[in-house]
Amino acid sequence: MIEAFKRWSESLKLSTNQPHTPPVQGADSSHEFIPDRKFSHTQSQAPLEVRDLNLSIGEQPILKNVNLQIPRNKITCIIGPSGCGKSTLLKTFNRMTDSIEQVKINGSVLLGGEDVIHSRGADLIELRRRIGLVPQRPCPLPMSIFDNIAYGCRIHGIRGKWKHEQVVEHYLHEVGLWEEVKDRLRDPATSLSIGQQQRLCLARSLAVEPEFILADEATSALDPISSKIVEDLFVKLKQHYSIIMVTHTLRQALRIADYVVFIYMGEVIEAGDAAQVFHNPQNELTRNYLSGVFS
Amino acid sequence: MNRSRIFKEKVAGNLMLLITTAALLLVVAMSIGLYVKSAPIFEEHSLWDLLSASEWKPFKNQFGFFPFIMGTLWVTAIALLLALPVSLLTAVFLTEYANSGIRRWVYPALDILAALPSVIYGVWGTLLIVPWISEWLAPFFVEYSAGYTVLAGGIVLNVMILPLLVSLFVEIFSTVPQELRDASRALGATHWQTTKQVVFRRSLPGILAAVVLAVSRALGETIAVLMVCGNLPQVPHSLFDACYPIPALIANNYGEMLSLPLYESALMFAALMLFIVVLLFNLLSRIILYRLKNR
Repeated sequence: MIEAFKRWSESLKLSTNQPHTPPVQGADSSHEFIPDRKFSHTQSQAPLEVRDLNLSIGEQPILKNVNLQIPRNKITCIIGPSGCGKSTLLKTFNRMTDSIEQVKINGSVLLGGEDVIHSRGADLIELRRRIGLVPQRPCPLPMSIFDNIAYGCRIHGIRGKWKHEQVVEHYLHEVGLWEEVKDRLRDPATSLSIGQQQRLCLARSLAVEPEFILADEATSALDPISSKIVEDLFVKLKQHYSIIMVTHTLRQALRIADYVVFIYMGEVIEAGDAAQVFHNPQNELTRNYLSGVFS
Repeated sequence: MNRSRIFKEKVAGNLMLLITTAALLLVVAMSIGLYVKSAPIFEEHSLWDLLSASEWKPFKNQFGFFPFIMGTLWVTAIALLLALPVSLLTAVFLTEYANSGIRRWVYPALDILAALPSVIYGVWGTLLIVPWISEWLAPFFVEYSAGYTVLAGGIVLNVMILPLLVSLFVEIFSTVPQELRDASRALGATHWQTTKQVVFRRSLPGILAAVVLAVSRALGETIAVLMVCGNLPQVPHSLFDACYPIPALIANNYGEMLSLPLYESALMFAALMLFIVVLLFNLLSRIILYRLKNR
């Protein structure tokens, strides 16, 4: 088993030594990646901070005493075996835990001094705007391609057809979808292919100018090529956004993660820079997980 | 042993087929029966005369159905106008806002409302709604009203179709995937924005189908409207006029005065009319629901 682990860590070194930023195939390379600044922005560079977070559903504890600092402008990958609480942790960041019945949460998730866990009403809405979500399966809203992207503007009270047109074009460029859909913006979004739908969902999240983007296994439902396009997009987007991904594929984490959080049975076992966690894991459990002893 | 098993299987299968076919044939037989019975009236009156004439004097051989058609339409329209907003909002509350504790109490209550015999609604209308209209509401608008009015019929019918509409709407809203709601809320949409823009939009064909189904139920409702509508063969011109819906006409007169040969035929024609309209409405709602499911 030790042999296997050595081979594994060797292969890790090999693959991470390769140049880290592959060219983005889908994205429009002539286009600058910048948010278009419709919303008011805090200049905060503080990390997303999780303090003493405990979450249980009914009597079942799901997350136990989680403490984390998630850095800005990096791709953070949350890894761990199935059912360990990765997705639930991600859901607490934008309080999508609200739709889970009998959920109890203690502790805090701080974004620039504001607590996601205890915010209500307008504060919660604003926090959700600042923390975007790319779902596991692409789910375009039941409206046209155009309206999917303009939806965020509309719900936040930004009006005007001209403004919407600008926003739609801008963010479709950002995800490299503009050229593919510019002639059929009024078609229902469900007419796109699955890979295109996922990029649309990403553009829709970007259109409300979030600071963080949560991606819950955002590439798991996609074919390898679409998956690669989305992955490359994330790498490029990290200049302006902070990305938190839950992923099941260690290889993916290895390719794109800057920061890694390993969770096991609802507890954070290890968190740190990707190089350190992958190449020099401090904990026995992390080592076993990475070497494939359990998954 | 084996042979008898297979024999039983065949008998069971064919028997069930036979019973199902018999039920379907019943519908066909009824329509033929109604047509044959109502045929004599077409020998003396044209279809257009029957539908457009306003005089209802069976002894003088005048059979104008226009007042009854208008009475039916008025009562149904009022019932729908009252029931639609209430049932929509109730269903939204139950599916989108209420927790499972509330649902556990409300669903059975709605089932009980739906299962109450219509004569009870009729008695309730006669004892409460009719006096309320004649003593409280009507004096604001007209000089005198006995209370047995279009409005009374509409209110009673509204209460009767309400549980049906609510349970249909609840079912339709439940088919909207939770991911869609989450996607909308994660962008910072409020509950109500999500309901309006995502849940309603997605459910629109279903809502339409439910309304059509409720209308066909309302069109055929007999006892309750018969007890509160006043039953005067006149075209109603205001909410406080009495009216005479078609089902009430049939129920009140069939079996009496059948010495007039054309009278029975006229009543059968009324039944045929109702039968065709309800059949068409049901068919329409089935088609919409079928297309909704296969979308």
